[in-house]
Amino acid sequence: MATTALPGHNYLQDDASTVGAWFKSWFLTVDHKRIALLYLLSINVFFLLGGLAATVIRVELITPQGDLLSADLYNRAFTLHGIIMVFFFLIPGTPAVLGNFLVPLMIGARDMAFPRLNLFSWYLYMAGGLFALTAAIFGGVDTGWTFYTPFSSTYANSNVILTIAGAFIMGFSSIATGVNFIVTIHTMRAPGMTWFRLPLFIWSSYATSLIIVLATPVVGITLLLVAIERIWGVGIFDPALGGDPLLFQHLFWFYSHPAVYIMILPGFGVISELIAAFSRKRVFGYEFIAFSSMAIALLGFLVWGHHMFVSGQSVYAGLVFSFLTMLVAIPSAIKIFNWTATLYKGSISYRTPMLYALGFMGLFVIGGLTGIFLGIVAIDIHVTDTYFVVAHFHYVMVGGAIMAYLGGIHYWWPKMTGRMYSEVWGGISALIIFVGFNMTFFPQFVVGYLGMPRRYHVYPEEFQVLHVLSSAGATILAIGFIIPIIYLTLSLWTGKEAGNNPWDATGLEWQVSSPPPTHNFLEIPVVTTEAYAYAPDAAEQDAANWRPGSPL
Amino acid sequence: MRRGREAHPPASRIPHPAARILVSKEKILATTTTTTSPHGHADHGHAAHGPELQHHFCTPAQQKEAATLGMWVFLVTEVMLFGGIFMAYAVYRWAFPEVWAEAAYHLNTPLGTINTVVLLVSSLTVALAVSAAEAGKRTRVIQLLLVTMVLGVAFLGLKAYEYSEKFSHCAGYSTPAQWVGGGEQHAVYECLVPGQAFLFPADKTTGVSNAPTVAGQGTPYQLFFFLYFVATSLHAVHMLIGLTIMGYLAFITWRGVITPTYFTPIEIGGLYWHLIDIVWVFLFPLFYLVH
Ligand code: HEM
Ligand SMILES: [Cu+2]
Repeated sequence: MATTALPGHNYLQDDASTVGAWFKSWFLTVDHKRIALLYLLSINVFFLLGGLAATVIRVELITPQGDLLSADLYNRAFTLHGIIMVFFFLIPGTPAVLGNFLVPLMIGARDMAFPRLNLFSWYLYMAGGLFALTAAIFGGVDTGWTFYTPFSSTYANSNVILTIAGAFIMGFSSIATGVNFIVTIHTMRAPGMTWFRLPLFIWSSYATSLIIVLATPVVGITLLLVAIERIWGVGIFDPALGGDPLLFQHLFWFYSHPAVYIMILPGFGVISELIAAFSRKRVFGYEFIAFSSMAIALLGFLVWGHHMFVSGQSVYAGLVFSFLTMLVAIPSAIKIFNWTATLYKGSISYRTPMLYALGFMGLFVIGGLTGIFLGIVAIDIHVTDTYFVVAHFHYVMVGGAIMAYLGGIHYWWPKMTGRMYSEVWGGISALIIFVGFNMTFFPQFVVGYLGMPRRYHVYPEEFQVLHVLSSAGATILAIGFIIPIIYLTLSLWTGKEAGNNPWDATGLEWQVSSPPPTHNFLEIPVVTTEAYAYAPDAAEQDAANWRPGSPL
Repeated sequence: MRRGREAHPPASRIPHPAARILVSKEKILATTTTTTSPHGHADHGHAAHGPELQHHFCTPAQQKEAATLGMWVFLVTEVMLFGGIFMAYAVYRWAFPEVWAEAAYHLNTPLGTINTVVLLVSSLTVALAVSAAEAGKRTRVIQLLLVTMVLGVAFLGLKAYEYSEKFSHCAGYSTPAQWVGGGEQHAVYECLVPGQAFLFPADKTTGVSNAPTVAGQGTPYQLFFFLYFVATSLHAVHMLIGLTIMGYLAFITWRGVITPTYFTPIEIGGLYWHLIDIVWVFLFPLFYLVH
């Protein structure tokens, strides 16, 4: 056991002498770092639950017949999977864990602007999760994560209201986080930390928060309307009662398209940090990356109709939405180009976080490009509601958002815990995840293009090969997700001490001790340099000093 | 942050209070009794500012800016929340303009108008409370906040009466008083509460002679009343929250927390109250005045 003492006075230390005091010091904490850890644990538990549902789905799909689950149970399984992964893992994931931990540290503040609101948001998250899980235990929901009406409002006989209540409450948790981030970034920056000296992670967290505060209330009221309609049998979305089910889809996607950017934008921010740190270069085109986040936040509000090409919206609306969808791909592409340019002539070291970053770039490109396919009305009409769409969004959500999340967790793990994890296992599991991921989801593009619809548990024999491939890949992927849980946990006891700045990176968070002291900065720093102020020749220096055996 | 700590030596000019640990460690250790406080942060030197400055802010100005911006951002989320209802409203009014014009006759416009005036006056009293707080007139602040609360309760009372009118019609009574007092019950000729029993009457008073009698659900008429009930009751929930906030503000003013240099709570509470009023200012014409 490496018991060498971590720096005294860090936020993990407890003065608590009784269990009650210990309990209080964690569950009533207002320290953004402790709240981040609360979120880390709870969000990962939800991730595992969502993964469990995914396992059931993939096992069922190994054979063309429905031998494991009935059609009804299958509906409930993929709905549970979708709801947990979207509402309780991806949307809060990076902002609530990494954002909560890093935003104050990166801008030189002692805490979030509203520490108690921050804690409250965690309780809301847990309450929402409890509702959703209760609904699952008492039979689950079969509407899909999209709650389409009039099925959800009139016909479904599953626990729609309980689940909706969960998503609704969880929405307010994200709103609380979003408000906190916006205010913190506006008002709590250290002297000298101008907007254009902010790390790009802060820019992307800011853009994410804008989306959260503008979009989440809309889905909140929409879900509320569905619940009311269900309870009192009144027909706002039910065509039989004069209502319009398309209105639901408009309101839902007005939130949920921007919500996909809530999931991916923080990931973009993480990747910018990783690429800079492991290329030892300033990020190429800093302003472009910063503004592309803002552009995505704004444009993201204009494209919801691409989810409704076949829902009976007018052809002209479809064409406009198609065109706008092309536009929103531009800022995403700008980021990819700038990261690539940052890598160019960088001193690249293939440490675990960097493996995730590179994996992210490859997978997100595939996910984004297939998004453009889907944005073209003619192609979408062919593949909508097939596994092609399923593959598309898993490439961006798993290949993008989760890869970035894992990369970020590894990169800042030494800062959060004060200890290093096993680099060997880190690299191995990153590769396993990459291989397993592609094996799971690439066949889904093919099978979807061939005509396999999504959300069915039986399928024609000829698709079996591809489905088996996908399920086998999912097994590998699962192993890849489990290994990090093991070595990261072990590192808490056996990890080498990290020191303040194990990656030799720039950024205020690396100037404080690891783990940071409770109030982050003994003295509020004064910032005089831009972000990523690596020496212009840092990369060449590194190359010149390279010896066999030094880190890659 | 106890007020008792104000006895500590005046803060130096360094922006971050804790920085003084580095600057004059001996002095701090000599004077502070709180180095082992649960937060683990050293003494603040509260003499430079009031007790309300939270430890993670550097200056009162920063704290005020954060609180105000936070409230504004929150108000944006509120606008978007109601925005969803307004969107639904726009879609259905676009689809069924005649239905809207006809249905609006069945809302109690005189009561709605009175309520609008009540709320606008309450906005005025809140605004006056803010300036009274700035001027340090404590009793005046409390009085104005209480007047605001009275007006808010009056609004909710009238609103509740309007609702009960609709419900008493569904139960077969002409007025809520008869319903409660056990008056004469008659056959239900209208029920404007959305649901299974919804019944839109051919009303002689509207002036629309050929207005159809539409029984049951399945008519766009019910959409109007559905949106009316959802929007106004969501608004009423916000009024309840607003009343709680006003009560809290009056309480802390009475306790002496509010001073001419620290009245941010009154300001941002006032902002919230104004928002509720503005929402009503939109709801009123959109529902009551569209005939
Ligand atoms: C590069 C820009 C992107 C474009 C052009 C794009 C385009 C599209 C289109 C057109 C669809 C509708 C397909 C259909 O239902 O027929 C779609 C579905 C979807 N996309 Fe994307 N997308 C992009 C990025 C993303 C990102 C970054 C995410 C999430 C992190 C994402 C998540 C989803 C999800 C979850 C769905 C399926 C929703 C459902 O029906 O359940 N997309 N995308
Ligand atoms: Cu979309």
